[in-house]
Amino acid sequence: MKARVTVTLKSGILDPQGKAIEGALKSLGVDGVASVRQGKVFDIELSGSDKAKAEAALKDAADKLLANTVIENYRVELL
Amino acid sequence: MKSAVLVFPGINRERDMARALKLVSGEEAAMVWHAETELPKGTDLVVVPGGFSYGDYLRCGAIAARAPVMDAVRKYAADGGLVLGVCNGFQILCEAGLLPGVLMRNARLKFVCRDVHLRVERSDSPFTRGYNAGQVIRVPVAHGEGNYEADEETVKRLEGEGRVLYRYCSAEGIVDEESNINGAAQSIAGIVNERGNVLGMMPHPENHVEDIMGCTDGRGLFAGLAAHLQKAA
Repeated sequence: MKARVTVTLKSGILDPQGKAIEGALKSLGVDGVASVRQGKVFDIELSGSDKAKAEAALKDAADKLLANTVIENYRVELL
Repeated sequence: MKSAVLVFPGINRERDMARALKLVSGEEAAMVWHAETELPKGTDLVVVPGGFSYGDYLRCGAIAARAPVMDAVRKYAADGGLVLGVCNGFQILCEAGLLPGVLMRNARLKFVCRDVHLRVERSDSPFTRGYNAGQVIRVPVAHGEGNYEADEETVKRLEGEGRVLYRYCSAEGIVDEESNINGAAQSIAGIVNERGNVLGMMPHPENHVEDIMGCTDGRGLFAGLAAHLQKAA
């Protein structure tokens, strides 16, 4: 079973990297970029086929390690 | 003073730290590998040194914070033991939940490697008793992620409870935007936990302890700890 965990900065948290990327896109002349926030994607392969179990394990992984919930949100998807 | 210096893969300031501890206390520090599940018996001070544990993968300090030895450090801190985290060590202590908040990318996006001035905010902590309150010291920093941030309530609590021990300032001791090298909330360079026995700081006091380093302002931190422990014993 394949899954994806997406980690993004909470709104209101300053994202200097996102700002730098935003600036670079603008200087490249990419049209219509209003703002950029950067984050992380984790593609995870799971053994077993129990969806509920997989979701619980991914949530556990995100809470324990993948995200710092002080500043980040995460989203778990089974693909 | 029996010190234990934690060693994680990718840490690179552990020898500087051990040298400073030896110099000030006269006792050799124990180097403790991250896979250990116990600290040496009779440890008076645990130090989490600087460097780039696990190559700063995922988030600075994130993986080291989950190492087996950190459970022992958590227990040690809960029993009131003294813990000092410097630079990556500060990041690790935040990620381990021993200190609140997080160290974000420097606001100006640049890695900063130079001497800075710090104002010692109070002198009645084991981590500052080697200084006078309001004293300005000069120590080096070397980090790309030292921008201390926490939610508004946490910052308010830190300030209200006098838990900010070190703050970036000018050579004259003035706290302003220019001297806030990484954009940290309230120019915070070092904070303690609620109980006051765990300090995290971004600057490197261990690198200003000998004349040959051009400055010995960092000695006070270690001398203060040694004096505190001597008094306690």
